[in-house]
Amino acid sequence: MSLTRAERTIIVSMWSKISTQADAIGTETLERLFSCYPQAKTYFPHFDLHTGSAQLRAHGSKVVAAVGDAVKSIDNVASALSKLSELHAYVLRVDPVNFKFLSHCLLVTLASHFPADFTADAHAAWDKFLSIVSGVLTEKYR
Amino acid sequence: MVHFTAEEKATITGLWAKVNVEEAGGEALGRLLIVYPWTQRFFDSFGNLYSESAIMGNPKVKAHGRKVLNSFGDAIKHMDDLKGTFADLSELHCDKLHVDPENFRLLGNVLVVVLARRFGGEFTPELQASFQKVVTGVANALAHRYH
Repeated sequence: MSLTRAERTIIVSMWSKISTQADAIGTETLERLFSCYPQAKTYFPHFDLHTGSAQLRAHGSKVVAAVGDAVKSIDNVASALSKLSELHAYVLRVDPVNFKFLSHCLLVTLASHFPADFTADAHAAWDKFLSIVSGVLTEKYR
Repeated sequence: MVHFTAEEKATITGLWAKVNVEEAGGEALGRLLIVYPWTQRFFDSFGNLYSESAIMGNPKVKAHGRKVLNSFGDAIKHMDDLKGTFADLSELHCDKLHVDPENFRLLGNVLVVVLARRFGGEFTPELQASFQKVVTGVANALAHRYH
């Protein structure tokens, strides 16, 4: 599965808007993840996951920054996220189902912050892109 | 079986009262067909599904979306007995329509995205969590009579 040129254009252009609110979007995405899919919390026993926690904010920023890296290398996501892919495969070993939950929560956050930009075509492009990112992050699992 | 607290029922019902079922239904079904194009397999009779504008403007998509979302409205009135509420529809989707229940999960998540888009900041993580329970409950109820 790979992105069409039109899909890449949508993602790159939306990213310029998203990046101005990157930290808020990252934090909110994680808040949604932990509210809706409590099983995801099992990977963060060492974190304070309450709303407003500094750790939540820092981690949200990290996650969104990684998505940004993937956007900036949209023609070669695998190479941009190679280190992260190894980290998830050998160290973090987050069950792959959680990438679907996180991707869904990011889509919900984007829809909520950018109602006009998040057209059906944009929704499709982002769902596909996040699916590719998730695939890259789990491709070394076995 | 999914269980809703009194508070969850109140917040869910409160938000649902503000949903434009006609428009949101069409938008949800349209997005399903666009984001997951393989779901179009159930709608050969709907005519032009060749582009975003064709799908979102298609009157059959809008009409069917409205029907589906009205059903969701029933779910919200009967959150304590989703399986009972959807028993007949479950049999219909299995025996006559032959719909893979995975499609109910896809549509449920698309509906959550539509609510987020329409309600913005009001669609808090907590409200989303409650709605995720509703859509999961509905999907499971619709799959319950499959055999």
